[in-house]
Amino acid sequence: MIYISFIYMSRLAVFDVERCVGCQLCMFACNRRFGSGGLAKSAIWVRSAGGFERGFVVIVCRACPDPPCMKVCPTDALRLRKGGGVILDVSKCIGCKLCFDTCPVKGVFWDDESNKPNICTHCGYCIDYCPYDILRMSEVRVK
Amino acid sequence: MSLPSKVLFIDLSRRTFRVENREDLFERYLGGTGVATCLLLENCPENADPLGPDNPIIFAVGPLTGLFPLASKTVAMFKSPHTGNLGESHAGGRSAVAIRSAGYGAIVIKGSSKTPVYLAVHGTDVRFRDASGIWGIVTSVTVGRVVRELESGAGVRTIMRIAGAGENLVSYACVTTETYRHFGRLGLGAVFGSKKLKALVVSGHESIKVERKKRYREVYNEIYKAAVESPLMKKYHDIGTASNVLPLNALKGLPIMNLKMATFPDVEEISGEKLVEGYLGRRVACTHCPVACVHIAALREPYEREPYFYKTSMISYDYEPIYSLGAMLGIFKIEGFLKLMDVVEAMGLDAMSVGVVLAWATEAFERGLIGEKETLGLEFEWGEHKTYVRAVELISRPPNEFYEALAKGVEYASSQYGGEDFALSFGSNEMPGYHTGPTCYVGYLTSSRHSHLDSAGYSLDQEMLAAETPLDPNKTAEKLLDEEAWRQILSSLIVCFFSRRIYDKRVVLKALDVNGINLNSEDLDRIGLEILRNKFKFKLREGFDPKNLRVPHRILETETPLGLIDEAYLKKSVQRFFTLLQGDKDIHN
Repeated sequence: MIYISFIYMSRLAVFDVERCVGCQLCMFACNRRFGSGGLAKSAIWVRSAGGFERGFVVIVCRACPDPPCMKVCPTDALRLRKGGGVILDVSKCIGCKLCFDTCPVKGVFWDDESNKPNICTHCGYCIDYCPYDILRMSEVRVK
Repeated sequence: MSLPSKVLFIDLSRRTFRVENREDLFERYLGGTGVATCLLLENCPENADPLGPDNPIIFAVGPLTGLFPLASKTVAMFKSPHTGNLGESHAGGRSAVAIRSAGYGAIVIKGSSKTPVYLAVHGTDVRFRDASGIWGIVTSVTVGRVVRELESGAGVRTIMRIAGAGENLVSYACVTTETYRHFGRLGLGAVFGSKKLKALVVSGHESIKVERKKRYREVYNEIYKAAVESPLMKKYHDIGTASNVLPLNALKGLPIMNLKMATFPDVEEISGEKLVEGYLGRRVACTHCPVACVHIAALREPYEREPYFYKTSMISYDYEPIYSLGAMLGIFKIEGFLKLMDVVEAMGLDAMSVGVVLAWATEAFERGLIGEKETLGLEFEWGEHKTYVRAVELISRPPNEFYEALAKGVEYASSQYGGEDFALSFGSNEMPGYHTGPTCYVGYLTSSRHSHLDSAGYSLDQEMLAAETPLDPNKTAEKLLDEEAWRQILSSLIVCFFSRRIYDKRVVLKALDVNGINLNSEDLDRIGLEILRNKFKFKLREGFDPKNLRVPHRILETETPLGLIDEAYLKKSVQRFFTLLQGDKDIHN
């Protein structure tokens, strides 16, 4: 008998953005991982789609298998994460903002205080604080 | 101790700004209302003209802003052009977190610009932008759309702006933020207009430091859980504040047609349930609020001259506008109510005040106190929403003395044309939608914003009804004072009043402790009362006299769920309230 085994990794994904009320609790949750309040260190972003009357846009890192942000980093501060996306080595980052400018979905955010990018680690902490079930983990086959 | 203690002072006359650290105020009064009251006392000269350059506009947030769920509101304070006295208004949207993320606990705007400007505050970057190209845009939505394209900070900014009514100094013009939230009461929009200030944009990227990080997450989780599991919060999410329409009508405590009656069968047609079932298009939330009480109706209308072509308007509604623009005007059709709501939103008026003003005008028209000469041909009639839509446009840009009078509120209009007995305002502020018994009226007469809901008399009335034992007037006064004093704490932290059952004293103390603010229950009682006394210090300084409070006769004629109101009860209770408020110390000092 042959057993076929696959390896899966999780990534954060947005489901049915029409349910989003724009409360930004996900953004606060992301920030709270660092033990602070406010929104400065958030790696997830919610903004209106051009006014509250038009609903909301929720921006998360798509966990690209071949991330454009990584390709433009001049100091190799971003390396590929298993399952897609990138991992930031803060000590290598010079704050040039090329990753921030390059991401086509604007899924790299900027922390003005440290002058470094806020990179989603796909930890899923924000999911528990979305009261409307918009955020979920999605499985990605890596092998 | 980590407090939002920086105060940004902006001078519109000289186009300068500076930042002061006012830890003294934030340590003593937490933030929000407590701090804003002190800043008002400091920055508003005695007898200042509310529409002159000396009147300051103060915005304040508090120690829980940006840290905990439901700490979503900003307090605005100013001298009210509507009442000539204390002006206070609260709004949510993105305003509170934006101000704190910009690094400030409060913003004070003084002076007056000669030419139209809007202010852009992005953290430490403060800009005076020319607004001559957008002055005259009469609808608040359009102003928002223009400024949104001009400024950065999408997602973390607040865009406070005025529409036509504010520019034209209607004394109950509001300031709108994030399309659907308002500094609604007491005329902040006119104060903006008098300073030629079209909008204020605030954004920032500062994180908020926490001293006890682990404890912070624990307390956060406790509050979050309480918020998402609370039945009260579910009520505000599902049907919204409009869920109050049917119960109040059934109770016979909903003012109808200028309070000629307090219940009416057709009210069912404009209930929260009907709106949700037939029209709800979206729910939205203020920043950091899981509840999302803001309900927006989608109104789809055909264009008259083009077949198969429709426009869909997204119109926000709440209990109070359903009362003031629906029930009070005899509009019992949802589409009529929504169309009126839409124009009130567009022009930037306090929905509560303008509804009561139109209700008075309708009754005055019925009685012949005013005629078509004054109304410029409009025939005010209960239920005729098209007439009211036109009247709102005329109030927002008054073409004659009559509409100028309406633009100053019902107290002034009735002083010119008569009909004081059915002019429903208290302390010059138009009444809210509760005719539940004597206590709510004692509240309108005594609370620092008068006809607003700062001491929850409506709730005490309903408790009395359930208990079948009326409170004596002295007890009523005591309870109202306690409630209003406690609400000074809530509005200094500052959390949404809808979360008052979640933020009880125990939770408040825990949340403050996370950042090294160590207080006890008695401290909160003391600070709350002190803030309230400070407000009355301002009120008395500006000429408030409890003896001059007017009781419109109409409220004594229409039965409440607790029977007819006895004027002597009101007077006794009001007197007791002010005696208690003065306490040992004379509040004149």
